Amino acid sequence: MKVLYFASLREAVGRTDEELELPAGVTTVGDLRVHLAARGEGWQALAEGRNVRAALNQRMVGADALVAAGDEVAFFPPVTGG
Amino acid sequence: MLASISVQEADFDPGTELAALSAGRRDVGALANFVGLVRDANDGSGVSAMTLEHYPGMTEKALGEIVEQAGQRWTLLGVRVIHRVGRLEPGDRIVFVGVASAHRGDAFAACEFIMDYLKTRAPFWKREETPAGARWVEARDSDDSAAARWSEAGKQG
Repeated sequence: MKVLYFASLREAVGRTDEELELPAGVTTVGDLRVHLAARGEGWQALAEGRNVRAALNQRMVGADALVAAGDEVAFFPPVTGG
Repeated sequence: MLASISVQEADFDPGTELAALSAGRRDVGALANFVGLVRDANDGSGVSAMTLEHYPGMTEKALGEIVEQAGQRWTLLGVRVIHRVGRLEPGDRIVFVGVASAHRGDAFAACEFIMDYLKTRAPFWKREETPAGARWVEARDSDDSAAARWSEAGKQG
């Protein structure tokens, strides 16, 4: 799967995107977020309680959205366009 | 309904965009538009410039869905949305929404709806340059409530 990071979250984790094997035990976007947050340091920006939004295959979704190999998942702060 | 969406670095001419919405047509009775500009101050700080980031692919899709929803709620003849990305300075245009309809009610409402939804659902992020350094703009609760009132209006019928 492909994971992308935007804006302040991109800066916190120090990368724009990565290819990832679906980690064992990860079935939802929320699971993936917890898995990534456990990487430490900057990844804490994804930790529970932080204001993070997610997209699955380029659509905004909640934490309970199911993920599968081949999906594109993105994490980012609330949007501020316009 | 004709809909056209652009996410671009280049500036745009609101007059040209608006004129294009009714060019060669005799059924358009109302053209409403909104132009958003970069302000020189935000949250108590001076702003010397801002950089807009987006999610290529998803941003265009999200804008397309918002315009489609507007087309389902109101009777529209054409919609044009332009959102700029990259580095912009105070006074620069950021966003254009133009709506063509037979009547002003639909044009006004759809234009406002598209802006309210764009603010809360389209993946753009602003980073401001201020005297104290660069900072990411925080999302506003008032933008969420502005978008939410459309679903309340929908429920009332």
